[in-house]
Order: sequence, then C-alpha cells, then structure tokens
Amino acid sequence: MFEKTITELSAALRAGEFSSVELTQAYLDRIKQFDGDLNSYITVDAEGALATAAEADKRIQAGETGPLIGIPIAQKDIFCTDGVKTSCGSRMLDNFIAPYDATVITRMKQAGMVMLGKTNMDEFAMGSSNETSWYGPVKNPWDLERVPGGSSGGSAASVAARLAVASTGTDTGGSIRQPAALCGITGLKPTYGRISRFGMIAFASSLDQAGTMTRSAEDSALLLQAMAGFDPADSTSADEPVPDYSATLNDDLTGLKIGLPKEYFGEGLDPEMEKTINAAVDEYKKMGAEVVEISLPNTHLAVPTYYVVAPAECSSNLSRFDGVRFGHRCEDPKDLEDLYKRSRGEGFGDEVKRRILMGAYVLSAGYYDAYYLQAQKIRHLISDDFTRAFKEVDVIMGPTTPDAPFKLGEKASDPVSMYLSDIYTIAVNLAGLPGVSIPVEPVNGLPAGLQIIGNYFAEAKLLNVAHRYQQQTDWHRAIPEGYDV
Amino acid sequence: MSLERSDVEKIAHLARLAIDEDKVESYAADLSKILGLVEQMDAIDTEGVVPMAHPLHMSQRLRADEVTETDQREKYQRNAPQVESGLYLVPKVIE
Repeated sequence: MFEKTITELSAALRAGEFSSVELTQAYLDRIKQFDGDLNSYITVDAEGALATAAEADKRIQAGETGPLIGIPIAQKDIFCTDGVKTSCGSRMLDNFIAPYDATVITRMKQAGMVMLGKTNMDEFAMGSSNETSWYGPVKNPWDLERVPGGSSGGSAASVAARLAVASTGTDTGGSIRQPAALCGITGLKPTYGRISRFGMIAFASSLDQAGTMTRSAEDSALLLQAMAGFDPADSTSADEPVPDYSATLNDDLTGLKIGLPKEYFGEGLDPEMEKTINAAVDEYKKMGAEVVEISLPNTHLAVPTYYVVAPAECSSNLSRFDGVRFGHRCEDPKDLEDLYKRSRGEGFGDEVKRRILMGAYVLSAGYYDAYYLQAQKIRHLISDDFTRAFKEVDVIMGPTTPDAPFKLGEKASDPVSMYLSDIYTIAVNLAGLPGVSIPVEPVNGLPAGLQIIGNYFAEAKLLNVAHRYQQQTDWHRAIPEGYDV
Repeated sequence: MSLERSDVEKIAHLARLAIDEDKVESYAADLSKILGLVEQMDAIDTEGVVPMAHPLHMSQRLRADEVTETDQREKYQRNAPQVESGLYLVPKVIE
C-alpha cells in the first residue's frame, strides 16, 4: 500500500481492500520504525489521525467519492492546526497550540484527508538545509549524512521515505522545490496568491506561497485541486478561476516551446547536474517539444534582491513575537523592554536573528532608499525578464539546484554560500510565478531535480508537462535504500 | 559596507532583540558578508523603474466594516504566558 498513487489508494479504499484506519495505522507504524533517524516529524498526532480516518471510513461507506477521502498526509508545521502544536520549527512557538485551522488545513479536512502529523522545517522557514530547526536537523533518506534541503525538509524527507502519502510545503525562495529536488520527489510552488496564506505563519508576505510535495505530478494535481482558490480571509488571495488540474495531465506536448535560460547553465552549475538536466530536456524533445535558448539577464541579481526584500518583510512579520500574547516568554522580566528583548533573544535561533537584524538594518532611517526601494525596483526588472520570455516560450526549464544534496554542516557556518544554493529558485518567487521540481536521473546516486517554470496561473500546464515526463520515465518511483516497502 | 560591533548593537536594540555578548562580532561579520552580496544592486541603473510591491500588481481589497468574528478570547488567551480577568499581563509600564 506504500507504493500506490493517491488515485489507486482511493480506489482501494472504496473497493474495501483496506480501510482508512488500516492505511493510517500502517503509516503510523512506519513513522515509528523510521523517523527516529530521519527526524522528519515534529509532532505525530496518532490519536487525531485515527479518529479522522474512522470518520473518513464512514464517509466512504456512505458513498462519498472525493479522491482525497481517507488519504494520510503530513502538514508542514508552519500551518496552524486547531488544538495541535504548531511550532514553525522554533523554540518561540514550542508551547503554541494553534487556536484555529489555516485555510489549507480546513480545505484538506473538508476533502477528508487524514493528518498524520506536523513536519520538521527550518525555523520560521528560514534556511535551505533544515539545519536551523529548534528540533534538530532532518536527514536525507538517500544519505543520512546529507541534508534534505529546506525549509520544507521534513515534508520532503517524509514523502521520499514513504512516511506520508503526500505533504504540504511552503516556498518563499525555493523552500518547496529545493528540498523536493534533493529528496527526489515532486514539489509544486503555485502562483503567488493561488493558495490562501491564512493561518500559514508569515515569513515574507509578498513571496510566501503554499504548495504540494508528492511522489508524482498526478498526486500533486489532486492536492492542488483541494488547496487552490479564493479565500476572503487572505487579503492577497487571487480571485481567479480554478481549472480541473487532473483533466489536462495527459495533453500532448507536440509543439510545446521550452525555453532554456543561458544564465541557468553557466558558472556554478555542477557539470554532472548539467548533464542530467540536458538528458531530461532531450526526453521532452522526443515527445515533440521545441527547445530554444533564452536569456533572463537579471538572474544574478535575484539572490541579492531577495536578501533585502525577504529579511525586511521577516523583521516586520516577526515583530508579533513579543512574549506577551503567545509564544516564549523569558523568566522574571525586569521591565517591558527586557521582556521583549530576552523573550525574542531566547525564542529565536541564530539564522532568524540574522535575518531580523538584516531586515531592521535595511529598513532603518537613512538606508531605506538604498536597499529596500532599490530591491523593489530590481524586483521589477527580474519580473520583466520572465514576462519577455513567456512571449516566446510556454515553459522555462533548468536545474532546481546547482548541485546534489550537500553534507550536514557543510554550509552551516557560511550563510552566503547557503543562500546561493537557492540561486535558480529565488527569481520565481520574486516574480510570483509558479514552478515545479521533478526528479530526474540521479547525480552520483543522489537525487536531482528539473525545475519547470510557468506563466502566471499556468499550474495545469506545469503539471501536464511534469506528468508526461513521469509517464516516460521512472525516476519519481525510486525509493531510497533501506526504506523499501 | 561592513558593520561594526556598535552597528549590530544599535540594530538589535531597534529590533528589541537580545543577542549574546560573545556573538556580536560574528553577527557583524555575517551581516557584513550578506551586505557584500547585496551591494551588487548598487551598480544597477533603476532610474524610472517602478518599485514592485506585489507580484501580480494587485491592490489591497477592502472588506465591509462589519463584525464577522465571534468572541473567542478565552480560547486565544490559553496560549498567553500570563493573563488576568481577560487581560494580558506585562511588567509595570507606568510608575
């Protein structure tokens, strides 16, 4: 049962091959068996999961046919879950029991999904390796000495190791696509505003977007269907129609125009990675796609721009953690200022502190124009690069990451080298576009991801393009050694 | 641009963030490195470019000024470190 797609599981549940309670219990057992080493979950809610599964079994018996009823999922610990600890990977929220559900959670509950637990992540989603979590690093199931990527590292590792059928993630600069690539799964970051941010703990509000982490594009289409759509509770939610994402998965790709940005294949890209990406593009040529070289000339400015915009928004968003209404409070504060400073000083880890300081600096009097305003202008130039490209091509392809998963600790002491591991994913967030990473032929036995970028609200096209590749190849079915099912 | 110890202390105060004495130097070094990365922006001519505040160039929606939420004070205050009679407690601010 650990190898079935969501569609197959759903059919098996309806045919009575096993119940949702049995399926859920099997996953809970597997988590117990494997997660000690992996550390992909912060919280496992066995009791809640089994109760929801029992409800789902009743709904199935009553003849309900939704494709997600009774399917076990892991939720990134950034989504508020009513009555269940929501830590965001931080000591600051170690004691926080969310008093309401995020819209993503509400929609998945309505769809009948069973939440196994909450996945580990970089603290407040700030990191690319999962090493900044207060709960310790997640390991990559393909090699326990390597990082799973971040910030949605627990979500990626749990799906790769088959400790959840699927999971959710969030992506501010690559936090879905990069860990998906490093763990060998399919990670979709939709268009900004496609999925509600309500109840999703904010990092950088103009960049944050929730998405899916699955074993295939087909599974992703089903999850996205449940998650996408307008939400009046999120002031930046997009009021755009939601198409049937599964209906177009098999569309023919003859004549599809693929753009390869020359800037994504230059200096800094591991030659082995380049080879595997080119091989994947060749697969598309066999399917009738046309490939053209394009240019995104401002690519080199994406990381610098991001490290002004994201910390600025982070320092503003994280000012809500003040030790007064919820979250960590220091012992014996001598006055209000001491309470703020020590509660925040004790509650936040190093990387979060660095970003708050950076953000406070670029927003401070005298520096705003040189940093934040200039970054917002360059953001426009980066976005214009894509607008021009999409006049010529249907999708853009390239590597998701410059190299294979790095070792734990390898980049932990140098924030800048860590930041540069998101070089191919960050521009997509700055522009607000959708992107998906799918597993391609491994590099030296380690997972590698092909990134496919689409135009605004072109998620159906991205999933179609990803699905067709997964019909031709088996990389997405590979299971890490030691996690056999 | 490189940051001094005193710059870091000043920003940390602005952000109401206590940082360990012995880590101030390493924050200064890290932030200076990040600012070095960010400085690539300086060379770019952005004369006449409109700053991009929202990826889809949408403006903020307004809602009707009506009460839509129910009172859940007790539930929300369960997460508070210290409350009394429905009020959040902090150290005395006014002598």
